[in-house]
Amino acid sequence: MTIKEILETLDAEVFTGADLLDREIHTACGSDLMSDVLAFVKEQAMLLTGLVNPQVIRTAEMMDMVCILFVRGKKPTLDMIDLANENDIVLLGTPYEMFTACGRLYSKGMRGRSGK
Amino acid sequence: MDPVKLHYDISGTDFTTAGEASGKIKKTLKSLGFSPAIIRNVTIAVYEAEINMVVHAGGGEIDAYVSPEKIEVVLVDHGPGIPDIGLAMQEGWSTAPENVRQLGFGAGMGLPNIKKYSDDLQIESEVGKGTTIRITVLNK
Ligand SMILES: Nc1ncnc2c1ncn2[C@@H]1O[C@H](COP(=O)(O)OP(=O)(O)O)[C@@H](O)[C@H]1O
Ligand SMILES: [Mg+2]
Repeated sequence: MTIKEILETLDAEVFTGADLLDREIHTACGSDLMSDVLAFVKEQAMLLTGLVNPQVIRTAEMMDMVCILFVRGKKPTLDMIDLANENDIVLLGTPYEMFTACGRLYSKGMRGRSGK
Repeated sequence: MDPVKLHYDISGTDFTTAGEASGKIKKTLKSLGFSPAIIRNVTIAVYEAEINMVVHAGGGEIDAYVSPEKIEVVLVDHGPGIPDIGLAMQEGWSTAPENVRQLGFGAGMGLPNIKKYSDDLQIESEVGKGTTIRITVLNK
């Protein structure tokens, strides 16, 4: 699905990357533990997280992820937005909690690692 | 390609910049044309090691040696050292304080991750003196 469709599915707002919303994303992972993301993510292009600090953006950068969604109404700081901009990473926020956000995306066809 | 040497001084007080050097190494490898798989292995291993250097050892220095055959990254710190390397290598073993856990690290997976993504990992550590981590990824 496109990032635009993700926005609609999650009543989400865009913090940065408004020009990149046509990107297609098919796989995602949800985690608040960055070491887990580094250990287990393979090709997933999107990270859903409740964690807000620059290491979240760094971790996505290291894993070539193109979109980060903050759940439960959390908002990134200005230095996080700058870092995301430098790396062409789209930052989104949703009022939904992690479980609900993942479920809504899954029901629209988004999948986890290896398409499962 | 001629061998490339990179050097970074790592602050031990500013956690927000932790990962900057790893990001720069990643971009350099990309511009040199290494494959995405090789770049990913180096990047994850070095990022975990850089985080460790910041949160456990008060910063240090990173040197990367890049050649067509292999990428070697050496991280030197003058922190507290690791008393029992075998224990530190175990998945889940961590002395990280609560503030590190709040940042999404400190689950005791850093060193195992470094091992998993590198072809060779050498750790030399002396309590009270510091730690040297040597990470090698072969370009195969
Ligand atoms: N550079 C270092 N200096 C001192 N201690 C370290 C260093 N790197 C790792 N350690 C020790 O090894 C433990 C395990 O490291 P790691 O596997 O990265 O897990 P974590 O960083 O999540 O605690 C750390 O909790 C710490 O006690
Ligand atoms: Mg660690």
